[in-house]
Amino acid sequence: MSAFFASPNVQAALLASAVVAALSAAIGYFVVLRGLSFAGHAVTDIGLTGGAGALLAGFDPLWGLLAFSAGAAAAVGLLGDRARERDLATGLVLAFALGVGALFLHLQTRYANAQAALLFGSVFDTDPGLLRAVAAIGILALAALAFLYRPLLFASVAPEVARTAGVPVRGVGFAFLIVMAVAVAETAQVVGVLIATALLVGPAATAMALERRPLRGIALAMALGIAECWIAIGLAFASFAWSGGAHSWPVSFFVAVLALGAFLAARAAGGRKAARRA
Amino acid sequence: MSAEPAVAFENVSFRRGDRLVLGRVSFAIAAGEFVGVIGGNGAGKSTLLQLALGLLVPSAGEIRVFGRPPRALRGALGYVPQRIELDPDLPLRARDFVSLGVDGARFGVPLPSAARRSRVDETLAEVGALAFADEPVGRLSGGEQQRLAIAQAIAGNPRLLLLDEPLANLDIDGSAEIVELVARLARERGLTVLLVAHDVNPLVRAMDRILYLADGRAAIGTVAEIVTEDTLSRLYDRPVDVLRVRGRVIVVAGDEIHE
Amino acid sequence: MPDLARGLAEPYLQNALAGALIVALLGAFVGYFVVVRGAAFATHALSQIGFAGAAGAVLLGIAPLAGLIGFALLGALGLGALTARSRSSDVVTALVLVCSLGTGALFLALQRDYASNAFSLLFGTIVGVDRTDVALTALAALVAAVTLLAIARPLLFATVAREAARSAGVPVAALDIAFLVVVALAAAVTVPVVGTLLVFSLTIGPAAAAARLSRYPPAAIALAVALGALAVLGGIALAYETDWPVGFFIASFVMLEYLVATALSKRPVAGLPGRGLRR
Repeated sequence: MSAFFASPNVQAALLASAVVAALSAAIGYFVVLRGLSFAGHAVTDIGLTGGAGALLAGFDPLWGLLAFSAGAAAAVGLLGDRARERDLATGLVLAFALGVGALFLHLQTRYANAQAALLFGSVFDTDPGLLRAVAAIGILALAALAFLYRPLLFASVAPEVARTAGVPVRGVGFAFLIVMAVAVAETAQVVGVLIATALLVGPAATAMALERRPLRGIALAMALGIAECWIAIGLAFASFAWSGGAHSWPVSFFVAVLALGAFLAARAAGGRKAARRA
Repeated sequence: MSAEPAVAFENVSFRRGDRLVLGRVSFAIAAGEFVGVIGGNGAGKSTLLQLALGLLVPSAGEIRVFGRPPRALRGALGYVPQRIELDPDLPLRARDFVSLGVDGARFGVPLPSAARRSRVDETLAEVGALAFADEPVGRLSGGEQQRLAIAQAIAGNPRLLLLDEPLANLDIDGSAEIVELVARLARERGLTVLLVAHDVNPLVRAMDRILYLADGRAAIGTVAEIVTEDTLSRLYDRPVDVLRVRGRVIVVAGDEIHE
Repeated sequence: MPDLARGLAEPYLQNALAGALIVALLGAFVGYFVVVRGAAFATHALSQIGFAGAAGAVLLGIAPLAGLIGFALLGALGLGALTARSRSSDVVTALVLVCSLGTGALFLALQRDYASNAFSLLFGTIVGVDRTDVALTALAALVAAVTLLAIARPLLFATVAREAARSAGVPVAALDIAFLVVVALAAAVTVPVVGTLLVFSLTIGPAAAAARLSRYPPAAIALAVALGALAVLGGIALAYETDWPVGFFIASFVMLEYLVATALSKRPVAGLPGRGLRR
């Protein structure tokens, strides 16, 4: 067990996943608040297309991921504010992007494992050298979120009043989408698009069901995100033992189950609290 | 009244698509006045408020708020919109909701501040919302949320308060309470108030003047001046009867009953 | 296209065409309601749920289509139950989605044949459709279509005016779940053709395009069906010629249809017939 934690790859994995989990949870708070769960997920999938395209063109997938994620977020931002239209348009853009991604993956015959890694994540293959870049981007994104925090909260809760008070509602919303895209792209690079969606939505929604104050809620979400990530990594490691060293269960499976489970538990608990109050 | 008007519309017209919502509307509201904006559905009441707020731009004419164009007063106007859609699961306490009205437009994370906290507490006390200040805002009743919306609007110490149909979903008692609250706040804080409503009655005692909209046209004056068969017939362009029944004013225009 | 004409004589292409047409017709019909109900995300999620089912079926050695349908039905019931009294339904949908993908990943990992299976499950291939599949697909599609036809009117009522429908005796909660089941079935049968990731294109695309062109429900549905068939036929033809993934062509055709429909009509997508309250 101590050999596991001594390995620099594992340490890098734990640190990198903690950074992106915290970042995703903080951003995710507003994703859930603004009803952007589908858009957030779509951005990860569209990023996948970008990654595949980059692979095809011979670049590091991260650039394709970032470019396509940012582009997708911008498209969502331009598609307007009404939830129904936005979800529909999001879906169509997503479907098209996935079609293009299918083509990219088909033409790119060499890196089958890299393709799978993009989708499902390969936390244990995290390059320790990547860690500094991940941390830097994470801190920048969090700083941007902190800057946007107040007007974004106002615009999310009472958009008409916020506009009257001088908040550039559309601009702030757009800026948030870009920050979200960057955070999501970075997370996907580290842990794969599946976990990226889970970490974006799960911890934040869970925290919201338990805590009424926004800042505390965000802090709680970040803690939950890191916890879910680390527990998942631990379980994946443990699964080696279960299968007698044959193979390990994917980390993405554990993160997803933990994210959903925690949310459902919190929702049930929150419901009981509200019932008692009433 | 040597001071400049709080709100002045000069020959303002507004088109939505091919429909003329407001046509050459002119009026001036003095600082400190409580004006009720009355009219039927689709008369342009909300539009008028949004024009005054600078959320909409007139197709023609000029609008001045305290002598300046509305957009220049961003942040100095209090607004209570028509629909307060608060998700029941919204993770926000009542006091958090109100404190957005203090400095919600400033960038960055709010640091704990005794000044802000006391301002929020005072505002909550003024609207009678201290009792539920720590409750999740989405789970409060319509009337309670209305009070909080008003608190949020005045938390920034505006000079002008605009309310769009605050009485729409309230019963007789609820309406009377809110009107009394707004009138008291206006007196204590020296606010100018524009309050949009369907029905004249809840506002009769609180209003200084009434701004009556019909068919894109407007007339301003006291209730006694405006709600007369002459004035309204001219406004509606059809025969209008005004009935006074046990202290209530009822306007009957053409085939439709209009309160 | 001499190649294609000759190709049509081959049974596998006939099967692919038959299966694809069935799927397009059903998808368009279901898609109309998906657009009207704003159930885009749920549809996407249900198609991904099928992924886990198919992977699990391969693991257990049963027909992938059976696993697809089984899991999709389970997913519909589960999703319906979890989103029933929830305002944050999109959060739940997202989490159920990642769970099914995660489960699918697990099943694939346990088989050790990760990449190639994942690819064909996710993106579809016209080569893998055989006679039994077509029969099974037709059966499932028939069940879904008949069910939808039966509930179409009360479903529309419940969508447009939920409380009014409830008071009129419409079982809105049950209809919500029934609708998800129909979507799940439609999604499940679409997978062999376009793969799970692109089920969406056939279900939503043609219907969204049709909604932009017509506000009259029967006309919109008929138009959607026509557009779906067109996209599928075009997609298969091009995929046959170029050997590129069929999903790519279908998704592209659908996008094209939507853009053309948008250009032809400047109306915003209300999604609902006769909607548009004027203030």
